[in-house]
Amino acid sequence: MTPATKLKATEERLEEIRKSAGETSRPADSLQPLASPENAKPESYYGLPALKPPTWTWEVPLYFFLGGIAGMSACTGFIAQLFHGGSALIRFCLWTGLVGAALCPLLLISDLGRPMRFLNMLRVFKLRSAMSMGAWILVAFSNCVFLAVVCFELLLRGFTNPMLIGLLWLGEASAALTGLLLAGYTGVLVGATAIPVWSENRTLLPAHFLTSGFGGAAAILELAGFLIPATQILGFAASGIETLIEILLQVRKRPVDSPLHHGRSGRALLIAGLLEGPAALLLRVFFGSDPTGRHVVAAVFLIGSLLSRYAWIWAGRASARDPGALFQLQHKS
Amino acid sequence: MAVSAFLTDATLCIGCKACEVACKEWNEVPEDGLVLSGFSYDNTKALGASTWRHVMFLEQPEVAGPQMADTEDPFRWVFLSDVCKHCANAGCLEACPTGAIVRTEVASVFVQPDVCNGCGYCVVSCPFGVIDKRPEDGRAFKCTFCYDRQKAGLIPACAKACPTQSIRFGDLEELHERGERRVQELRDRGYDDARIYDPRETSVGGIHAFFVILGEPEAYNLPPAPDVPTVYLKSAWTSALVSAAVIVVLICIAFAFQSGGTF
Repeated sequence: MTPATKLKATEERLEEIRKSAGETSRPADSLQPLASPENAKPESYYGLPALKPPTWTWEVPLYFFLGGIAGMSACTGFIAQLFHGGSALIRFCLWTGLVGAALCPLLLISDLGRPMRFLNMLRVFKLRSAMSMGAWILVAFSNCVFLAVVCFELLLRGFTNPMLIGLLWLGEASAALTGLLLAGYTGVLVGATAIPVWSENRTLLPAHFLTSGFGGAAAILELAGFLIPATQILGFAASGIETLIEILLQVRKRPVDSPLHHGRSGRALLIAGLLEGPAALLLRVFFGSDPTGRHVVAAVFLIGSLLSRYAWIWAGRASARDPGALFQLQHKS
Repeated sequence: MAVSAFLTDATLCIGCKACEVACKEWNEVPEDGLVLSGFSYDNTKALGASTWRHVMFLEQPEVAGPQMADTEDPFRWVFLSDVCKHCANAGCLEACPTGAIVRTEVASVFVQPDVCNGCGYCVVSCPFGVIDKRPEDGRAFKCTFCYDRQKAGLIPACAKACPTQSIRFGDLEELHERGERRVQELRDRGYDDARIYDPRETSVGGIHAFFVILGEPEAYNLPPAPDVPTVYLKSAWTSALVSAAVIVVLICIAFAFQSGGTF
């Protein structure tokens, strides 16, 4: 068929659909009635979701978790460098950042519907898209932390050179900065969406993810044997802030937060919050002086932190499926 | 710039689903299951990656309108063909990190299938729950506003196939006027709850596929006051930066009393 005859055929087909629809359908009041819709909620369309639930797979919450640890490890390493925190610790922090930076893109790429097109993420630079910013932040972080690790390893092997030291500082400082962004932007990514339980917690989420990130970085250090006062202080700080967040969530019972309290997401978030917050805090108070105790606390915090990322994604799914909560929220504003 | 628009009128729709069929055929959209929902004659249920027109069947308690009177519980039967709204400020377009979603020369919102990498961020950024990822394909899909047909000077397939002109296609300004006139006409005829659904007062800034409906928008799962999610960016980033600053201070304090030597 030539394009012209093909077009004629398709247009005739649309004509045919229109005619047959007009012939077979009749005005409403001539049709036989159906049963009254008892399951219909008047405040929504049969209670069906008005939003689409997130399509993200298991890789994404794991990425949030690892990205947070990697970013905050690099940041911790740089601050340790500033305060002469010991080269073994700095080296470990930088390597944690680098390993994280290597794993994160793999997780993100395997979540894509078209993994071969992952480089399309770098076609544009869009300040108004947290996903675009995240892609660039991850690329920047990976490069900075790689530079820092290379410089550090060369210096360790005796290549003393003022330029190298300068590059190390540059790499570390920029890795710290982009690391903070990497740990924090995920909260913005989730918060700046149409999903009510996420957008209504858009100021809480970055704070929570960052806290989870630096607490996780400190916990990894403790598990690696850095049972120093600094990791102890950071452990106390992280679980203390997480306890405050947990109290806030429990006290502030808004209808939009229902997925944070009920169902699978609610249960998971409660367990996660208790592990990261009060459990980790109390365990550290009572067993923080004991090396084994500190390992246990660190593990408890990490488990809570990981579970929390999953719980927030599950909460988003539940929130998207609740048209009533969405409409109620929009009526208030 | 000429702005293409749809005016979809619930009071003219007869629920024939010709628009659904025409859309699927013209755009070669895959079938997405044959399941009886039990919700009146609506077995499509919602817009999605493979449903770009969706005819709703509302059964409302007795109010002015096309009545199902000879039944135990009389109700008004209302139909509406839902579609992508082609927002003036589109959440999906703002969120897309690849630039796959673009604004076309007719001001519609178009997903370039050769660019989309299926990240899924548009899915959670649409305040109307329209765009979705097609699992077997991996990319996100939604109504194209028959961009290909418009380029060839043809009207979208759904509008062409509509037997009652419930779906009107044309210039946005003209259709705005037509919509206003239609609502006035309906009100004069006693349809007191006839109204236009077009959230122009919100951050979405109006939609290019707007509706004449009877009753509250929520009954059609149309959000009463949708927001484009970019309005949340400022407070979220502020929180991130403030938290980051506090945490940097905390880490500094933690290491201030630590001394182990370095380069």
